[in-house]
Amino acid sequence: MANIISLGGLQVASRDELGQAMGGGCTASSCGTKAGPADMDPAIWAKVKDHPCYSEEAHHYFARMHVSVAPACNIQCNYCNRKYDCANESRPGVVSERLTPEQAARKVLAVAAEVPQLSVLGIAGPGDAAYDWKKTKATFDLVQAQLPDIKLCLSSNGLAVPDHVEEIVAMNIDHVTLTINTLDPEVGAKIYPWVFFRGKRHEGVEGAAILLARQMEALEMLVARGVLVKVNSVLIPGINEAGMVELNRIVKAKGAFLHNIMPLISDPAHGTHFGLTGQRGPTAAELRAVQDQCGDGANLMKHCRQCRADAVGMLGEDRGQEFTLDKLPETIAEDGEEKRAAYRDWVARERADRRAAAEAAQAEAAFVAAPPLLVGVCTKGGGRINQHFGHATEFQIYEVDAAGVRFVTHRRADNYCVGGHGEGDRLSEIIRTLEGVPVVLCARIGEAPRAKMAEVGIEVIDACAMDYIETALLDLYAERHRTPEAGALIA
Amino acid sequence: MSYRIVTPQCTACGACEIECPSSAIGFTGAAYSIDAALCTECAGRFETPQCASVCPVPQTCVPA
Repeated sequence: MANIISLGGLQVASRDELGQAMGGGCTASSCGTKAGPADMDPAIWAKVKDHPCYSEEAHHYFARMHVSVAPACNIQCNYCNRKYDCANESRPGVVSERLTPEQAARKVLAVAAEVPQLSVLGIAGPGDAAYDWKKTKATFDLVQAQLPDIKLCLSSNGLAVPDHVEEIVAMNIDHVTLTINTLDPEVGAKIYPWVFFRGKRHEGVEGAAILLARQMEALEMLVARGVLVKVNSVLIPGINEAGMVELNRIVKAKGAFLHNIMPLISDPAHGTHFGLTGQRGPTAAELRAVQDQCGDGANLMKHCRQCRADAVGMLGEDRGQEFTLDKLPETIAEDGEEKRAAYRDWVARERADRRAAAEAAQAEAAFVAAPPLLVGVCTKGGGRINQHFGHATEFQIYEVDAAGVRFVTHRRADNYCVGGHGEGDRLSEIIRTLEGVPVVLCARIGEAPRAKMAEVGIEVIDACAMDYIETALLDLYAERHRTPEAGALIA
Repeated sequence: MSYRIVTPQCTACGACEIECPSSAIGFTGAAYSIDAALCTECAGRFETPQCASVCPVPQTCVPA
């Protein structure tokens, strides 16, 4: 193991020095640009490049907001209890206040003026956006009139979607998420106790069959009209995991752009049927096993944060509490459009630079023949390693090998119950969270936590602070597998 | 002949208002309520009262 140079020994260097020292990445913007990922249709890239939920890359740069204008729902799910509300709780269906369309539009305007990263307004309940359609539509109409550059997006169980497809297209809603948990009505009956459709409550298998037929109809109608469809599936151990690979195959075949397999969030305190009956969520390993069975993973979304129906900000952060109704100004003078346009220009340049740097680093790593390495990354966004270890509330987990860098998942380390515990408890929680991840890259870390992490075999490196994630990972990987001769030169 | 909403249990989702064929349900003050003068219990139009069928909370839209 003598050929492995410990980067942990290096302290923060300037980016140029580091680039030279590690034989990696061109960081200048003169390295050339690319319009979008080479493997994506330009028309689709144009639709997803600013949407943090539809593009893993975009989620490093752009923010979304949900407004909770649609509380009514047409089905009951065993993982949902909309009476529950907690400001510290982060999961779908939870909100702190419900808004009228007028209030929601004012909130969107206030956020747009403050947050230039904002690119998407989504309506995801807390009930069903397509069922509570009048409120959804009124909100979108108001926002579109004032902020035409903000993309509109909605999320639904699909039951009511076929009734509104033409309006969805006419309103330029380019993105629709359908939550489809199973293709088997027998399984559906274990997830949906009832479905309300055409004036009647349908229970059990009958209801689940109606829902499934409408979901497939919605998917086909939207795809036929060029709307990008993301399918969300809640992975419920012992109930629907056996059918998940087939579900993935079918929705892909029907034209879904992305499939997001999410873990069930279940706790008795949530008051949901699953929570109260002890139905557990999947472990990270179980989720990954199902994702891995779904083929090459090209169409899987893995960066979902399962956000609240009133979330505001970058994925993984929630600034909703900054923009509650009582904090909104009466009149909002500017809409921030110029700031957003300037921000988007900056992102375009930054992306080109990031890609060029990653390509250069990729060329270095391409010759390594070694197993892939899992690395945890602390980032505040922008695709850079720019967060202090102690400030990280989640770790983005990447896998790197000679073929390149792949985002695997994120792991949270800010369990909402952690607050109030000591630093030691928090570190233990982080160590648990990072199981199986031998290296962490961050902007800074104190010597004491670094030593504690090293004791359990996790090396925390802050030598590539502010570097692009891909570049740093590829450089790290190439460095670790450099031949002794080449290693000696660098050392 | 009317239904009523058990306010303390109501989540105020408004699904009942969407489904009511008699426009008998509205959000008044701080809660949803059913106008007994307008409510027909959906007699002759649906098999069951629509508010009770769509309500997510058991025993919350009930006969007055």
